[in-house]
Amino acid sequence: MSNVTKKVRTIKIDLDKCNGCRACEMICSASHANPKYSSNNPERSRIRLIRHPIKDVYLPVYAGEYAGAECAGRDKYVIDGKEYDECAFCRASCPSRTLFKEPDSGLPLKCDMCEGEDEPLCVKWCINDALVCEEREEEAEEAEEVKPGDMEMGLESLADKYGLQKIMETVARMSKKG
Amino acid sequence: MRYAETGFHLEIDLSRGSIERVESDPKLTTLYLGGLGTNARIVWDRVPPETEPFSPDNLLIFGTGLLCGTPAPGANRTIVTTYSPQTLLMAYSMMGGFWAPELKYAGYDKVIFRGKSPKLIYLWIHNDKVEIRDAAHLHGKGAVETQELIRQELKEPNAQVAAIGLAGENRVYTASIEHGRSSASRLGIGAVMGDKGIKAVAVRGTKDLHLARPEEFMKLCNEVMHYIKAREDKPIPGVMPILAGLGSPQEMLHIDEKWHTENFSWGNSRVRRKDFWTKEVEEKWKESQLGARTRLISCYNCPMKCGAIISLPGMSTYMMKCFTKLTYTMAAFVDDLDFGFRIAGRATEYGVDGFSTPQIMAFAFELKEAGILTDKDFAGCPSDNEGKFYWLLDRIVRREGIGDVLANGTHWAAKQIGKGAEAYAHNNIKKHEQLPLKLGMLNPVYFLMYCTGEKANITQIEGQFPQAPFLTMEEREDFVKDWIHVPDEKFKQYLLDWEIRGERSNPNYPTVDMSAEIVDWQEMMHYIDDALGMCAGLSSFPLKPPYHIHNLPHFISAATGLDIDEAGLTQVYNRNRNLIRAINIRRGLKRADEKPPEDHWRKRFPELEEKLLDRYYEFKGWNHDGIPTRETLRALDLGDVAEDLGRRGIITNE
Ligand code: SF4
Ligand code: SF4
Ligand code: SF4
Repeated sequence: MSNVTKKVRTIKIDLDKCNGCRACEMICSASHANPKYSSNNPERSRIRLIRHPIKDVYLPVYAGEYAGAECAGRDKYVIDGKEYDECAFCRASCPSRTLFKEPDSGLPLKCDMCEGEDEPLCVKWCINDALVCEEREEEAEEAEEVKPGDMEMGLESLADKYGLQKIMETVARMSKKG
Repeated sequence: MRYAETGFHLEIDLSRGSIERVESDPKLTTLYLGGLGTNARIVWDRVPPETEPFSPDNLLIFGTGLLCGTPAPGANRTIVTTYSPQTLLMAYSMMGGFWAPELKYAGYDKVIFRGKSPKLIYLWIHNDKVEIRDAAHLHGKGAVETQELIRQELKEPNAQVAAIGLAGENRVYTASIEHGRSSASRLGIGAVMGDKGIKAVAVRGTKDLHLARPEEFMKLCNEVMHYIKAREDKPIPGVMPILAGLGSPQEMLHIDEKWHTENFSWGNSRVRRKDFWTKEVEEKWKESQLGARTRLISCYNCPMKCGAIISLPGMSTYMMKCFTKLTYTMAAFVDDLDFGFRIAGRATEYGVDGFSTPQIMAFAFELKEAGILTDKDFAGCPSDNEGKFYWLLDRIVRREGIGDVLANGTHWAAKQIGKGAEAYAHNNIKKHEQLPLKLGMLNPVYFLMYCTGEKANITQIEGQFPQAPFLTMEEREDFVKDWIHVPDEKFKQYLLDWEIRGERSNPNYPTVDMSAEIVDWQEMMHYIDDALGMCAGLSSFPLKPPYHIHNLPHFISAATGLDIDEAGLTQVYNRNRNLIRAINIRRGLKRADEKPPEDHWRKRFPELEEKLLDRYYEFKGWNHDGIPTRETLRALDLGDVAEDLGRRGIITNE
């Protein structure tokens, strides 16, 4: 196995700089529309702003891994006297909440770091620099890491819900119709 | 498919408790775009001019602008339209924030209320599910508090709520509709909402909003974002801080209030305190503002930060924007800004307009001093300036005692009080309280804007042309260099030639002709913004904004697929402008109403002023009384409006 360098993108989130505009949500959902930008809908965004103005809570959260089951225990952070919602910092698309799911199908959403763009678009649209992207090169051992695509993640969640067998039957039925 | 808009309205009949989802006519979008334009058409078609503001037949329309919810930065305005209880004319207040985009994502462009609910209710719109819910438990609750309570009871932290406070429930003529950091405050629309028995409208939407030509549209949006960044790094020199940058006046950001505190009038718009802003005051005010402000915040999809979260010990948190920090402070003659933040908090919960309300109170205390109102009217009122104001604010929103009279605003209160009180209601236009600004030399452009603004609010018409000439030719040349916003090159020359003193200075320069043209351009930009739901703070209000007459047609075309160019957009502006004029004319607006407060300028020029008004009317295609002519209306596809005015004998044979 040979060493390779890969680019790692880290997004630095500065909560103090967030003005709550949700431009990040808008642009993320628009750029993932098909065709690109043809529609937008913050509910489809892979970054969501958890926002309670009265409590001065402004917390952008990125969609992370799909979680088939919810956690047994939950966490709740209090920082500087501000209480954040249960699971607020968690990135999982998890059955316990509606966050990071397609509004119509309920399929999980995950941030793909805007692969193919010069810069993550949420970062580009956050001109107040609450979101800043840092890129660095890292030595990695494995050659190629297999990343699950949107469809694979969606299928996985469907499999959790209906069982793999049921899905295969459905696909078979659908392909006959088509 | 409809693009940029959803193509659906919600029609709510409160008397019958019915809810309908109605497809809108795409032809209206072509003619009036959306927002204010289509709201106005609905008012014209459906609310007869005899309708009292508090009649069940009056409509209350929450209209989103055509571009709201699209990726266009700053397109987030809700335009609330009804007949105003105060001016009796058409009211259209706007609010920013997040409500309009949310309504679009829920699948609607407008919510149209008619009738009256027998008991207090709120409307809950969740995509296709729309219900009228009981709001008995929200009676008397604060406008900010109500928004939070509704979100909690619906278990929808992301619902966007617009609510009234006690003032709206009690039909106070200066009642506002509050929504997060934004509000639709002017002209008493909160009173109409309260009269209809609507405590709040809550929305949650999770649907897609479509664009006709996405690539093209995003290119334009990226250009705007780029321009905003560059423009923020390059404030305009030679003008006061709030005019140098973009956004609504950056009152939450700036500490330096020398200009406002020394140039605006204190009390009942009476006294200028030319040495107010000392080092000491500056230090204290800075401490107050930084102590009260926990975060600067924006509206949906906008990088500016025009609002702030205000948190003070011993009171609930609220959000503020614009001048409200100063209006109460200055009207009450209190030198401590902390008072401004505290009383504004209470006023926001009550839901009142921060411009008119302090003036009403200052007016009342002047009447007391003059012996027109008596000690009996103020029984129980504390004697210190702060206490007095809190006391009277409570009476007004509760309509208790003298508060009941004052709750109708200075114009109507003065009429009712009599005994010469009318002379004290000296700062109104069309019965509506104005900025407490008293100046020396008449400015012809501002004269026209004050007179003819359909909304009777100077900030809703001014903007693209500097308020005053630059001192040196060098500054002027510098300013016009990148002034791409002008609809015509001649405006650059007007500015270059405009002097502080001498022949080419106020009041004779800009000339009568130029003044009409300048006003037309400035108001055109506001009418376009109000149809698109674009924030004036990124468009019609500041100097050299990212949006202007040359790029807006492209935004509209790419978003909607309508092919509209500058000439087409100008035509829509003229149509909307004339339709609103026709609505108000049909409501009884007269030339005689079109005048600034008598004392707005010390130096007045009656003959010139008549000429200015004549020329402006003529320029617009109106007759001597400010009524659009048949030809004007017909050329704008408003033939039916002309006919109606003809039938009523308002337009006579021409
Ligand atoms: S774009 Fe930036 S400032 Fe706006 S909500 Fe997102 S993180 Fe906050
Ligand atoms: S990096 Fe790209 S995919 Fe991830 S949240 Fe931001 S815009 Fe969306
Ligand atoms: S410029 Fe200010 S008021 Fe306008 S949309 Fe942006 S934040 Fe809101």
